[in-house]
Amino acid sequence: MPEDFLPIAVLIILATGLSFTILLLGQIFGPRRPNPRKGSPYESGMRPYGKGQRRVPIHYYLIAVLFILFDVEIIFILPWAVVLRDLGIFGLIEMGLFVAILLIGFVYAWKKGALEWD
Amino acid sequence: MTVLQIIFLGISVIIVIGALMTVSSPNLVHAALWLILALAGVAAIFVLLEASFLAVVQVAVYIDAISILIVIAVMLTRRAMGETERQINRSWLLAAFAAFMVFSGILSLFSQVPQLANTPSDLVESSEFYIQELGKALVNVDQSIIPFEVASVLLLAAMIGAIFIARPPERAGGDS
Repeated sequence: MPEDFLPIAVLIILATGLSFTILLLGQIFGPRRPNPRKGSPYESGMRPYGKGQRRVPIHYYLIAVLFILFDVEIIFILPWAVVLRDLGIFGLIEMGLFVAILLIGFVYAWKKGALEWD
Repeated sequence: MTVLQIIFLGISVIIVIGALMTVSSPNLVHAALWLILALAGVAAIFVLLEASFLAVVQVAVYIDAISILIVIAVMLTRRAMGETERQINRSWLLAAFAAFMVFSGILSLFSQVPQLANTPSDLVESSEFYIQELGKALVNVDQSIIPFEVASVLLLAAMIGAIFIARPPERAGGDS
């Protein structure tokens, strides 16, 4: 039912309105006295060195892909979880198999150090 | 015009604006953010169509996962973040014309299909019912248990492939 999503719509409208209002108020009332010191990127009070935009490590990509795959897994689990009680032990075994196969990939990722940050 | 139609029009305007800004924004990161807006609008359309499960899928897979992947892919590419190039070239008018022709062709083709031309009948059951049916069908031996389990193998293959491609370098001498 679309009516059930009305609170979410209200929340989205409120959040959007509030953020734009705050930005607008800052634009109107905030004093703007720029100087080079202020414009520089803040690096813990240090003098910034190097370029601000450098390539991020490949780790981010790996984490993102793993996230997507487990996200898709959630999509499969969701309709199953709705009828979990009706399916009984058989449904549990099916999902156990599904998760077990994906667990192989998780163990592989763990073993290969894909989840480690150095 | 009913309230739902007004909401639908509003959401459609948001989607079209988001989609247009996605393809015309010179900054790749901005384009990705506009894409998220368009995808969120599509999720809202799914809600209006009483396809709440599809709305969840849209939010969880597209807005969450695909957008994050796109943003991270932008971050990974060298020099792409700061670059602002023109989004159109000499033949954009021709391309727009071709796209318009293809679109109108598909539209006229679809309007001749009687099932699509008529206003679809309302859903017989509530959307919860269809989610439950989907859940039952996923683990039913007679229905889609094989695709369901094969999907996990596909996800496993994707996972191992991604790790293999983006494998962190082996540490020298250490067992990592």
